[in-house]
Amino acid sequence: MRQRATGLLTVAAFGYAFLYLPIVSVMVYSFNDSRLVTLWGGFSLRWYRALLENEAVLSAAVLSVQIALASATVATLMGTLVGLGLHRLGRFRGRTLLTGMITAPLVMPEIITGISLLFLFISLGEWIGWPTTRGATTISIAHITFSMAYVAVIVRARLAGMDESLEDAAMDLGGRPLQVFIDVTVPTIAPAMISGWLLAFTLSLDDVVIASFVSGPGATTLPMLIFSKVKLGVTPDINALATVIILLVSAGVIAAAWIGRRTPAGGSG
Amino acid sequence: MKGGVNTMGDGRRRWLRWALVTPYLWLLLFFLAPFVIILKISMADPLVALPPFTPLLDWAQQGWARLHLTLDNYLFLFQDNYYVMHYLGSLKMAAVSTLLCLLLGYPMAYFIARQSGRRRHLLLLAVILPFWISFLLRVYAWMGLLNTRGVINTVLMWSGVIDEPLQLMYNDFAVYLGIVYSYLPFMILPLYARLERMDHDLVDAALDLGARRRDVFFDIILPLSMPGVIGGCLLVFIPAIGEFIIPALLGGADTLMIGRALWDEFFINRDWPVASAVSVVLLLILVLPIMWFQRIQSRDGVGVRA
Repeated sequence: MRQRATGLLTVAAFGYAFLYLPIVSVMVYSFNDSRLVTLWGGFSLRWYRALLENEAVLSAAVLSVQIALASATVATLMGTLVGLGLHRLGRFRGRTLLTGMITAPLVMPEIITGISLLFLFISLGEWIGWPTTRGATTISIAHITFSMAYVAVIVRARLAGMDESLEDAAMDLGGRPLQVFIDVTVPTIAPAMISGWLLAFTLSLDDVVIASFVSGPGATTLPMLIFSKVKLGVTPDINALATVIILLVSAGVIAAAWIGRRTPAGGSG
Repeated sequence: MKGGVNTMGDGRRRWLRWALVTPYLWLLLFFLAPFVIILKISMADPLVALPPFTPLLDWAQQGWARLHLTLDNYLFLFQDNYYVMHYLGSLKMAAVSTLLCLLLGYPMAYFIARQSGRRRHLLLLAVILPFWISFLLRVYAWMGLLNTRGVINTVLMWSGVIDEPLQLMYNDFAVYLGIVYSYLPFMILPLYARLERMDHDLVDAALDLGARRRDVFFDIILPLSMPGVIGGCLLVFIPAIGEFIIPALLGGADTLMIGRALWDEFFINRDWPVASAVSVVLLLILVLPIMWFQRIQSRDGVGVRA
């Protein structure tokens, strides 16, 4: 048994090193004073200063956060309804189609989603005159469409483990449907909605491919900006930007996990 | 307990039904309609115009709509080896990466599942954390490690293992590495979900009765975790086929992946009908694995449990 446990431990340690080596390396090199990426020129914060003065990066970041906030919120509302509907309504007409449309985005290649949505926006523009320009709105629509699938999956998983007699009791006691929904159902699925919102927010902030298709001139999201820079190679200011993002995300995830563990309803957060 | 159709008040069902209309219409318009359009464009002739393709319906003189369809774009795909090689290349890259993910992810998932309490939560969190950090930045991070003057080459040269820097980037090796790295959490999570639920007494009992460890693994542990294996493999394999960012940043000129060919067809050649045909064929290739995924997804919810 001993031998096997050591083997397993070695593989696991290798796996974790593999997962974190690149991340740590980027963070270390973001403090490198040298312009040459690999030559260590001493500790410095100059790339962070350069980042703060970079207007393009800042405005792209603002745009990305706006899109992520809007699309995560709408995706959470609609994804929750779909999750509820698929769980509660039993058989109804169009259920198979809805199930298909809500699970397919989970595995659809981004590049196909991007191309097909761009074609839709162009066709709509011809037929009904909307959208006239592509940018924040079309990117948000694209992000809502794939994010709501993730929210629906998470909400459904949560509902599968929920006690429905609470709702029945509330209804029997004369609660009106909407009120029962707000007072009983929403608090129960709230952790799933929060997880879903966070996932939708992250997915939106992370998307390069779909945004590249459905965006137009003048609307460059942060990932699009990063992608166009790193295509040409490693640059120290992107290292600094990556470090900022990695630290923010890590703090968020660790905080969410910590809160999730403290509240019994939190589940796997 | 499915649905609770009989016990549930009619009012609540009606309310939910109406509420479902908006997301339903949304998905019809923004998810389904685009596929109809891409199908339509894939059968149009290319035009030097904006949009660069012929309309599906030409309004002829008497107001009759004449269907304008052509399969030329599909025939074009198979005229030479270019696209076929890219499809096959993608399938190969995705299959090999999935296998590598499984070989690394399985022991990791098993290791995590065998830990207790607090440590298990921390180890799981450490797998999930990179998944939340930007995909693009994680691929970018490898560029800093792999380039000719990158961390790995610097360390190897300094320690005297090599005299000349190795070409670690802009080749298939780097793409495999990038895919395995990026998708490893997708493999580990469904595997972990299965292995955690497994009754370990079965393993102990088999060992007590004198079973060999190899037999215990292949006869008990692996069959019991099979849904996790399938779920994890599909979650890696399907997106890996259409992957664009990893081959674009880490791949070489000779890296054959359809995602990048499709991007070039669209943004560089600007041949939208051919790009649409490439997408439709890619979707056809993915139909089987996607349907398989949907079946297990609706059955036992293997998937995103982050």
